[in-house]
Amino acid sequence: METYYDPLDLEKFADMGKNVPELWKKFSEWYGNVFAEGALTEREKALIALAVSHAVQCPYCIDAYTQECLEKGSNKDQMTEAVHVAAAIRGGASLVHGVQMRNVVEKLSM
Amino acid sequence: MDKLVVLQDDLRRDVNEQLKIINDESGIAPFDEALDASGLHPLTATGVEVLQVNLGKMCNQTCKHCHVDAGPDRKEIMTKEIMEKCLQILDDTEIPVVDLTGGAPELNPQFKWFVSEIKKRNRHVIVRSNLTILTTRPFASYPAFFKEMGVEVVSSLPYFLEDRTDQQRGEGVFQKSIEALKKLNGMGYGKDGTGLSLNLVYNPTGAFLPPVQSSIENEYKRELKTRFDIDFNSLYTITNMPISRFLVYLIHSKNFDRYMKKLHSSYNPAAAVNVMCRTTLSVSWDGYLYDCDFNQMLELTVNHGAPVHINDFDYSQLANRRIVTGQHCYGCTAGAGSSCGGAVV
Repeated sequence: METYYDPLDLEKFADMGKNVPELWKKFSEWYGNVFAEGALTEREKALIALAVSHAVQCPYCIDAYTQECLEKGSNKDQMTEAVHVAAAIRGGASLVHGVQMRNVVEKLSM
Repeated sequence: MDKLVVLQDDLRRDVNEQLKIINDESGIAPFDEALDASGLHPLTATGVEVLQVNLGKMCNQTCKHCHVDAGPDRKEIMTKEIMEKCLQILDDTEIPVVDLTGGAPELNPQFKWFVSEIKKRNRHVIVRSNLTILTTRPFASYPAFFKEMGVEVVSSLPYFLEDRTDQQRGEGVFQKSIEALKKLNGMGYGKDGTGLSLNLVYNPTGAFLPPVQSSIENEYKRELKTRFDIDFNSLYTITNMPISRFLVYLIHSKNFDRYMKKLHSSYNPAAAVNVMCRTTLSVSWDGYLYDCDFNQMLELTVNHGAPVHINDFDYSQLANRRIVTGQHCYGCTAGAGSSCGGAVV
């Protein structure tokens, strides 16, 4: 059955540079530098990436950064907690907008 | 690769079929091409610093990733006659280290005699103990024997959490391993100033590469100390080889293609320079000679003119031999590299 997402498509990511090699080069260099050890460890960055992958709901990113987290030494407890952080922010972001709803209710009510 | 899913578990003992899959169906560039691009082809030995002796395939455990396919049902075991040949090699050469592996090497009835004889020759001895064997009654005295002989103990503990360890090594293995580690610590193993080395091995518990060795070592030290008051010296990260049981796992879990691509894309020329086969010679239970324990399990004896059996041992030929390579060798050159002593870069 065909689907919009094919795991093998991840290997074609670099095709995004075929018509715009300079842009791809800049993206690749920047991407590599972002994930290099810095004030945060590579492992911490991989956990952040895993959480963000879930927030943006990208199956390619979830696949890639699940493996990356394992290869940086994280375990399932830590990775699950990271996803809960993403979920909490997503849930909290919805909930905090309820204040706007309440503001509007107040404005429209006598 | 779907057709492979239907293969029976017999694959883990069918060396020819394993080689066919690894070499012909992995879909990655030949390992020798990678070596060539790194200026390392043909790969040659630079000496023999470690004589790694496989004392037999019998083991009290049946770990899911085991490249030896070791277990309680295996009967292959090294005889005293072959051990005497190994000792003769030590007498005739200056090979400084003897690395004893298996199976569980302790299960060889001549184990204590062999270790004693090696120590008489003043060589460093490494024993690859699975730990759980030390918690069984017949082997309760072995930690004291290790201490008496001053051997280095290297033991697998794939993770500092019970579920991940038992998932790979079998139910109850983690708790018994902790019991054995406490016993070894009690003897002074892994403690500063005793000179008794206790090194642990991290194996990935699935189809992924190990983390940076120094990083995970720090975490192991902290977690094992906090949770169990256990000390050890070093942690070695070892990549799982696509051989025997781990190969069957890769195929059945449909991870084979992805894992081989991962090993290939992670090829590190610096790791290739330092692969252990360049300074190691592996001896099988029946006296055949191999470039490493992995080649031994694939029945790829040394070649290219070097003598294949211990009866025909010739140091000068073996010390400069050309290494026998295959697609599985990508396992030792991925990322920071992998060897029986952990990462190589």
